[in-house]
Amino acid sequence: MNLTAEHKKVLVEPLVDNNPITLQVLGICSALAVTSQLSTALIMSLALTSVTACSSAGIAFIRNHIPSSIRIIAQMVIIASLVIVVDQILKAFAYEISKQLSVFVGLIITNCIVMGRAEAYAMKNPPWESFLDGIGNGLGYSLILVSVAIVRELFGSGKLLGIDVLPLLKDGGWYVPNGLLLLPPSAFFLIGLLIWAVRTLKPQQVEKADYAIMPAHGLAHGEAH
Amino acid sequence: MPNSVNTSQFSDKLAGYLEKAKLYADKILVLPNESFQKTLAIAFALCLAGAVLVSGSAVTLKPLQESNKSKDEKVNILEVAGLLEDGTDIESTFKNIETKIVDLSTGEYSDSIDPKTYDQWKAAKDPALSEAIPPEQDIASIKRKPKYAKVYLVKQDRQLKSIILPINGYGLWSTMYGFIALQADAQTVIGLNLYDQAETPGLGGEVVNPKWKALWKGKKVYNFTGKELHESNLSEKGQSIEIGEVALGLVKGSVDPSKPGSEYQVDALAGATLTSRGVSNLVQYWMGKEGYGLYLAKVRSGRG
Repeated sequence: MNLTAEHKKVLVEPLVDNNPITLQVLGICSALAVTSQLSTALIMSLALTSVTACSSAGIAFIRNHIPSSIRIIAQMVIIASLVIVVDQILKAFAYEISKQLSVFVGLIITNCIVMGRAEAYAMKNPPWESFLDGIGNGLGYSLILVSVAIVRELFGSGKLLGIDVLPLLKDGGWYVPNGLLLLPPSAFFLIGLLIWAVRTLKPQQVEKADYAIMPAHGLAHGEAH
Repeated sequence: MPNSVNTSQFSDKLAGYLEKAKLYADKILVLPNESFQKTLAIAFALCLAGAVLVSGSAVTLKPLQESNKSKDEKVNILEVAGLLEDGTDIESTFKNIETKIVDLSTGEYSDSIDPKTYDQWKAAKDPALSEAIPPEQDIASIKRKPKYAKVYLVKQDRQLKSIILPINGYGLWSTMYGFIALQADAQTVIGLNLYDQAETPGLGGEVVNPKWKALWKGKKVYNFTGKELHESNLSEKGQSIEIGEVALGLVKGSVDPSKPGSEYQVDALAGATLTSRGVSNLVQYWMGKEGYGLYLAKVRSGRG
């Protein structure tokens, strides 16, 4: 199928220019929880991308018939059903990983990215575009998740995908792992640094301040006039 | 044939219902979105579609999930008994393992429950099959314990070789589930495998590290010379059974094998004090007289 410029835009834009994590700051909770290992981050990315894409397409398909009074509930029903299906599939085909992900697959239901795309895009656009938008946003999420997971697993336990990369001191190597990286707060720091890096490279992403702090002598000066 | 008549009647009926549903859908879809009737109809249709999707996937994938689960359990059992090597045929090796039900209150085998279908941890949640643990005894923080336990006996030439016991206990974040395997003397550890846990990866999660698990091999569970020995003795029909004091536990730092008592000690996990404490507690609880203490004492005295 040929992709038009518009299709490419919805697919590529969420990777860096409109990334759901670094620009919209959505979906942080799961990004903290599942990034201590690369394997769980990859499976989680796959699960979220498929749920976002399919739920967006499904919601877009019936968008003209959803009564606005129950619109969020209708979206939730579609998203929740898909998440349960994904959970069942993981339990059947990737049992080990599904045990590690445990509750976090179920928590995709409350992931703000899925809901956000349903509300912001799928309710206003046709199914195919919404599907691509879901894939794009899922990939944007995946990009951040995988980069954070690489740093955390590599420097936190000296491994990547469970394979030893940096030999640990306790196993006779030279690397002393940083235990902080295995704890959820480290993902916060890493995501913060990523947001900083992206916004330094692309200053247009920096939000305008909601208000300016008035200089201390400004008030008195203003009143004089 | 009555069967085919029924089927054709059923499909006729179904076609009729579908026709009606289609007519109704056509009527509903042209209503304004905000009308009461359409809101109800859309909500109902969405729930129905969701339910079909969810139950469909659950039912079709169930056999795969069940086989994953039972294979996973067998792998864990073989691993803890040291029977799992590369290329081991799980099913055929598992045939050498006999499953039995033990009544925890008497320490005797019980025939009242079929070991094939019994799930000890499910039973622990069932009020009829379990009992609440008084808080002061609940060192493993599991709140309830099953009345019956499912033990696995590895036999070779009808001789008992090892005993595999399911255990559980709370760590830092999660209740850890696993097995401990003992030699036929009901005293020497073959292995400990906490296969189901959600401790911090890299810290408490190191309970699954093969290097750490290997430390358990050859450790002893009971100290029969301690003072508490007499308190833990239980008499039954005039015969006293020596349960012994559970001495096995984790200690901080490295265990010095030359020191006395090191046969009861395993290195604690670095950076995971609470998980290590949890492991010590669960071993203490399940090996003690509330857990398998009585059963193991009977195995030792040759009456198991």
